[in-house]
Amino acid sequence: MAARGNVIFDNERCKGCELCTTVCPVGIIEMSSRLNSRGYHFSQVKEGMMEKCIACGFCGMTCPDFVIKVERL
Amino acid sequence: MAKVIYEKPKGITDAITHYCPGCTHGIIHGLVAESLEELGVLGESIGVAPVGCAVLAYNYFNCDMQEAAHGRAPAVATGIKRVLPDRTVFTYQGDGDLAAIGTAEIVHAAARGENITVIFVNNAIYGMTGGQMAPTTLLGQVTTTTPYGRKPEANGFPIRICEMLSTLEGAAYVARVSVHDINNIRKAKKAIKEAFQTQIDRKGFSIVEVLSTCPTNWGLTPAEAIKWLKNNMIPHYPLATFKSPWGVK
Repeated sequence: MAARGNVIFDNERCKGCELCTTVCPVGIIEMSSRLNSRGYHFSQVKEGMMEKCIACGFCGMTCPDFVIKVERL
Repeated sequence: MAKVIYEKPKGITDAITHYCPGCTHGIIHGLVAESLEELGVLGESIGVAPVGCAVLAYNYFNCDMQEAAHGRAPAVATGIKRVLPDRTVFTYQGDGDLAAIGTAEIVHAAARGENITVIFVNNAIYGMTGGQMAPTTLLGQVTTTTPYGRKPEANGFPIRICEMLSTLEGAAYVARVSVHDINNIRKAKKAIKEAFQTQIDRKGFSIVEVLSTCPTNWGLTPAEAIKWLKNNMIPHYPLATFKSPWGVK
């Protein structure tokens, strides 16, 4: 059985660069339609898609702003 | 019980960086911090910040930091390391700082075999001052001071710092890496760790050149900038370990 993961975003740190969306192998990260307090669209997991996360950690490794924490369940 | 796969390293403060969205400085900061932590030297490390985009790096690294005058970080690090030889001392410099105004400092620090580690971030442009040509700017690359592209007859040729420094006997570890994808981020972390290990083992001068993006001054989105780095910078700046105390493959 494939690993399951949980991704936690610190939305206020996000600058909306979208790099995390380009490295997710299961394509579950999207940019929000809302803005954070600094005016950036922040990254988030698509609604109901967290169970597809394989806990690879790529999004965290590629984020230049330390927004993302990845856990393996 | 959930196992943490990735989180902000302990060597990084809670401050939100001033870097532009998608700038890979942040990734490189993280790799340096993780390496120091994993080698068990974070608490005794002293970093020297440059002038350039990374001038405020002292706010982001969770260890002792010192700011240096433009290009003089290797000279300041030399002083710190000679007074406190048991500390792990590193400089964090961009290409405008290290390869232009600081060329004399970096060449002679390497020639002396100073037992310091240099993290050299090369994005082929002056970022902080507004995208002017740097010594590392590629031929044909458009910058605010080469609006028709860098031409060798007027602007000279880009400098390959690693190849140049690896000719010096004092340089013990010289490597060029990139952070344009996950595989290369992993390789970059390995090289940075080896560079710090070189210093811990007192083998001499170590430098890791990290190819980095500048989406703002390149005029690209962060994702486009990553592709531009891969397609344009790597052919001119090949990724390799040029010197290592453990031998080069």
